[in-house]
Amino acid sequence: MPSVKCDLCDAEATVHETQVVHGQVVVRRLCERHAAEVGITAHGVTLPHPPGSASVVLMARPATPTLKCDTCGLSFAAFRQHGLLGCPSCYESFEDKLTPLIERAHQGGTHHIGKSPKRLLAEAQGGDPRALERVLGDARERAERLALLRKQLEESLALEQYERAAALRDELRRFEAQTSGQSDEPGEPQGGRA
Amino acid sequence: MNPMGRGGSGGWLADTGRSGDVVVSSRVRFARNLAGFRFPNRAPASERSAILARLKPVVLGSRLCHQLEWVDLSSTTSGHRSLLVEERLISRQHASGKPGEPMHARAVAIGLPDRRLSIMVNEEDHLRLQVIRGGFDLSGAMAEADRADDAIESRIDYAYSPRFGYLTACPTNVGTGVRLSVMLHLPALKITREIEKVKRAADDLGLTVRGSYGEGSEATGDFYQISNQTTIGKSEVVLLREMEHEIIPQVIQYERSARERLVRGGRRGLEDQVWRAVGVLLHARLLSTEEATNLLSRLRLGIALDLVPNLSLSLVNHMLVAVQPAHIQAAIGQELTQDQRREARATLLRTRLGEAFARGRPARLIRPDMPEEPEPPAGPSNRPNPDPDTGG
Repeated sequence: MPSVKCDLCDAEATVHETQVVHGQVVVRRLCERHAAEVGITAHGVTLPHPPGSASVVLMARPATPTLKCDTCGLSFAAFRQHGLLGCPSCYESFEDKLTPLIERAHQGGTHHIGKSPKRLLAEAQGGDPRALERVLGDARERAERLALLRKQLEESLALEQYERAAALRDELRRFEAQTSGQSDEPGEPQGGRA
Repeated sequence: MNPMGRGGSGGWLADTGRSGDVVVSSRVRFARNLAGFRFPNRAPASERSAILARLKPVVLGSRLCHQLEWVDLSSTTSGHRSLLVEERLISRQHASGKPGEPMHARAVAIGLPDRRLSIMVNEEDHLRLQVIRGGFDLSGAMAEADRADDAIESRIDYAYSPRFGYLTACPTNVGTGVRLSVMLHLPALKITREIEKVKRAADDLGLTVRGSYGEGSEATGDFYQISNQTTIGKSEVVLLREMEHEIIPQVIQYERSARERLVRGGRRGLEDQVWRAVGVLLHARLLSTEEATNLLSRLRLGIALDLVPNLSLSLVNHMLVAVQPAHIQAAIGQELTQDQRREARATLLRTRLGEAFARGRPARLIRPDMPEEPEPPAGPSNRPNPDPDTGG
């Protein structure tokens, strides 16, 4: 059987954890080190899990359940093989498995910060709540992004990265204005346009 | 069509721009996809055709610039596509297609007359929009690309999620979908072997340093492309500021100080290297692309350091593209063997550089940001002696 890579690094995965969370099967493959980090020992101790869910840790490699995108039918294994996703919905279908990969490839970045489609944004600011959700996410996602921006701003100030801090402050102001739905172009436009 | 005749093949080459002594060009690329369609690698031919049919009127009708040239790649020769690759208007992948992927339903729109804007359709993503400018001008390129992006988005729905941003076929582009690249000429850092330090520092900052023609290519002629790897978790505005105001200026300064040290440490030796390159360029009868690129790189360094009078950086930038195989082939207008191309390349360089030397001193490059050269002018023995048979 070909070796399976750890979800968090390139080492071979020796721990396969299958969790059932509210009826959804979530599979994690981890190397020994990362398994230990999340609290799984070689003896197969299960993690504390939320009520209404169950967790099983297998030390041997189980038959891999085929994770597929509902929209385009691409399997996650096929994506791992050639590196390209099949359709925009793949991001949702493989969200849990893609997140650690994206995090590693982008210096820890997991949430989009930056430009959003202008027309969609204008529709959202015209009072269309569905457009607002499509472009900036639901209330929880918006709060998360705001918190992320504030954290980055604090970090850059602490590190005396003033160029970055100035840009982040602009970003924060724009995002706050967008989410409050007051104005469509309050701050500096994208791309440093005059 | 004669590629040398249409705006000199890469209009942006004529503009050496800001910090042209070190920076050849600046490029901004946006990766975008249509909502509701599979990515090109997974879309069958009929779906790729539908994507193309949907995007063509949008791209052509969005008034992105004065005029757009639409090139349907399925109706082009491989020679024509290679010209576009050498001009950096399309990727190698777009020109050749991956194994099993036909050329079917691929296109590129090129902004005229300056050929700075190009939009690839059905490459790895449905849309790859790029703006390339001469010299160091990331914010100018960004503003232009941003406008084109907005104009297109006003008429179609992009695949976008609040969490992941602009959704792309490869997760390495997801988020902003923005790649900023600066092509730098770093011969002094190569000579002093400090280029490895630059590479390591860039890596720590989430940037990559590659050869001038992108992934997997060697840095022929000491031309390096520095670009961002991170596209999610950092906005394009933050990225632009970091690269434009901090990172790239440091690399430019680093290269300039290495050049100054080289001049101080052994002006004669450096002059010798530069003039030997000129000698070969003016007299060789056969030249490969690689050798020509390396010689032009030395000449470029000589011009930037005022060791070579009478030539402009813009001429060298033009020649760097003109010596590429497809450009040589197109200039001659017929199929050539490799040996015939080497001969044609040597003839082209002899002619063009010989003419430029003979014309005398053209308008000098204005570099207000470069310190004045303290050295006295070179002795009379250094005056070039144009090749008598450059006409042939």
